Amino acid sequence: MGQILIFSENDNTGFELVGKGLEIGSATGAAVAAAVFGTDVADRANEYLNRGVKKVYIPGAGKEALETFDAAAYAEALAQITAKAEATLVMMGCTRRGKELAGRLAEKLGAGCVNDVNGVRLEDGRIVYSRYALGGMTVCSQTVVAPVAVVSVMPATFEQAPKVMPGGDCVAVDFSIKPVRVRLVERQAKTTESVDIAEAKTLVCVGMGLGGVEKVALAEELAKALGGEVGGSKPVITDQKWLPEARMIGLSGKKCKPQLTVCLGVSGQVQFMVGIREAKTIVAVNTDENATIFQYADYGIVGDLNEVAPKLAALLK
Amino acid sequence: MNSIVCVKQTVDLQQIRIRKETREPIMENVPLTIGDIDKNAVEAAVRLKESGGGKVTLVSAGSEDLEETIKEGLAMGADEAVLVVDRKLDGAESFVVATVLAKAIAKVGEYGLILLGEGSADNYSGQVGPRLAELLDLPLVAFARSIEVAGGKLKAVRNMDDCLEAVECDLPAVVTVLSEINEARIPAVTQILKAGRKPKEVLAPADLGADLAALDQKVQTLANIAPLQERKQIMFKEDADTAVAKLLSALQADGAVGRY
Ligand SMILES: Cc1cc2nc3c(=O)[nH]c(=O)nc-3n(C[C@H](O)[C@H](O)[C@H](O)COP(=O)(O)OP(=O)(O)OC[C@H]3O[C@@H](n4cnc5c(N)ncnc54)[C@H](O)[C@@H]3O)c2cc1C
Repeated sequence: MGQILIFSENDNTGFELVGKGLEIGSATGAAVAAAVFGTDVADRANEYLNRGVKKVYIPGAGKEALETFDAAAYAEALAQITAKAEATLVMMGCTRRGKELAGRLAEKLGAGCVNDVNGVRLEDGRIVYSRYALGGMTVCSQTVVAPVAVVSVMPATFEQAPKVMPGGDCVAVDFSIKPVRVRLVERQAKTTESVDIAEAKTLVCVGMGLGGVEKVALAEELAKALGGEVGGSKPVITDQKWLPEARMIGLSGKKCKPQLTVCLGVSGQVQFMVGIREAKTIVAVNTDENATIFQYADYGIVGDLNEVAPKLAALLK
Repeated sequence: MNSIVCVKQTVDLQQIRIRKETREPIMENVPLTIGDIDKNAVEAAVRLKESGGGKVTLVSAGSEDLEETIKEGLAMGADEAVLVVDRKLDGAESFVVATVLAKAIAKVGEYGLILLGEGSADNYSGQVGPRLAELLDLPLVAFARSIEVAGGKLKAVRNMDDCLEAVECDLPAVVTVLSEINEARIPAVTQILKAGRKPKEVLAPADLGADLAALDQKVQTLANIAPLQERKQIMFKEDADTAVAKLLSALQADGAVGRY
């Protein structure tokens, strides 16, 4: 196999990919390179070199096209770097930008692409990627048989590569890129949550059965009694906006591994369940005794969350 | 302005069961449907038509059931459909689907937008939109939560991990939408009946000059199985006080919560 190229606009995710890339490289002999676009490229490139990357590519002439994100321009630049680095594996972070870019870059390179990767292993001399399929119901193992692979890996899948003695160099690449077509008009940063529900030991999950934003307090009360955090299903967050986005659980949200999770008014569809599948104990409270979630729960209470949640909180105190 | 919406026929995930012995999904005789987020893309196109005129064409590639499945999208307000039908397109990999869709789109005529869902209901891989944009050499705005067309331009807000970005680009363009962009309408029975009479062009890949056998496989699936799921499934159906007390003692016995 050829070399490995790492790219993510999020450096922390990039360092995770470096960790895995170096591991694959030590088994296959591939060298690990990285590409860094955007602002502060020199400093950020050094961070990659500090983590054992042998070559970091930064934009030289034509870098204006990469100041804001246009997937077409990014794909063109990365295709040129992929050729220069003689890479046959491009590993990207599966952020939204990464996912938008991966398919486009793969098409340009004639590459096979696997997105949403949550596991990478070497098996019989080939690299096998795992990802969820069928909405999270199954885990799919895939390998790329095309000469070039573009894969995007979910953030926080691997440990970041530790800092080592730097021994590589930084190369500026002059690009010829077509003018940017997607123009940025305005950017509005999201208010970041300080808690990461993926780390919570105990989780209270609320679904549409909650009924209204004023009921969030009820879940918070129970979470407090249990010493945990509150998370929600997708409709609770994207449609109703009862909770901030960072608290979304499931296929399109966080995958959590709490010791205990209590689901209030959640129906238990696969795209939600994949977010708590690795919970040690699952408790479900639902008025519908035929709700799917009871099939995936250790303990189920058929009842109204308005009644059950406060009683449970009171008993815990 | 005319819009094209690419939709995918998928199995209805709610209806899939897992075979116990092998942990493989049972895909036989599962009803087919259009993906949920695809419906948001159809809704977005129909709303643009309602406010600004033009027509909405659905383009899809899949197995022969497609003619039936597509009716749901036509009933939502799309005007016509171009369907590429071949058994091998059922579950085909993204690059094959994008190649076929690009060729089908070339037959549609003038359009301003190509809309897709950010990911399909079954695989949620999100490759077809970006691949299509590359094949057609069009600008791409992915993960749109709102779109607007004015003066020959697309204005969209895309929802990124850490920020919202208002962007604009010239038409034609490819847009993938998030489910939060709208609430897809549920068509009335009369609409569903009328949908059967809307024009559908059914093509074979060969009609488009696409030779599926010549498209090399790029990604190989080695296994697809459900992870082991062992849950106690103990139910408390008593009145709330009793149920909660029983639950708490069970959790304490398991060490899932501290003893109080
Ligand atoms: C590609 C894709 C990705 C998706 N990603 C995600 C994801 O990441 N996360 C996610 O959550 N969903 C996701 N979904 C959506 C998912 O399919 C479901 O629509 C969603 O999980 C349902 O949320 P819910 O259980 O809160 O709501 P509902 O399905 O509406 O369930 C509400 C439940 O509350 C119960 N209830 C009502 N009143 C009460 C009461 N007073 N007390 C107790 N129970 C009550 C009802 O019986 C019902 O079971 C995705 C879908 C797609 C297509």
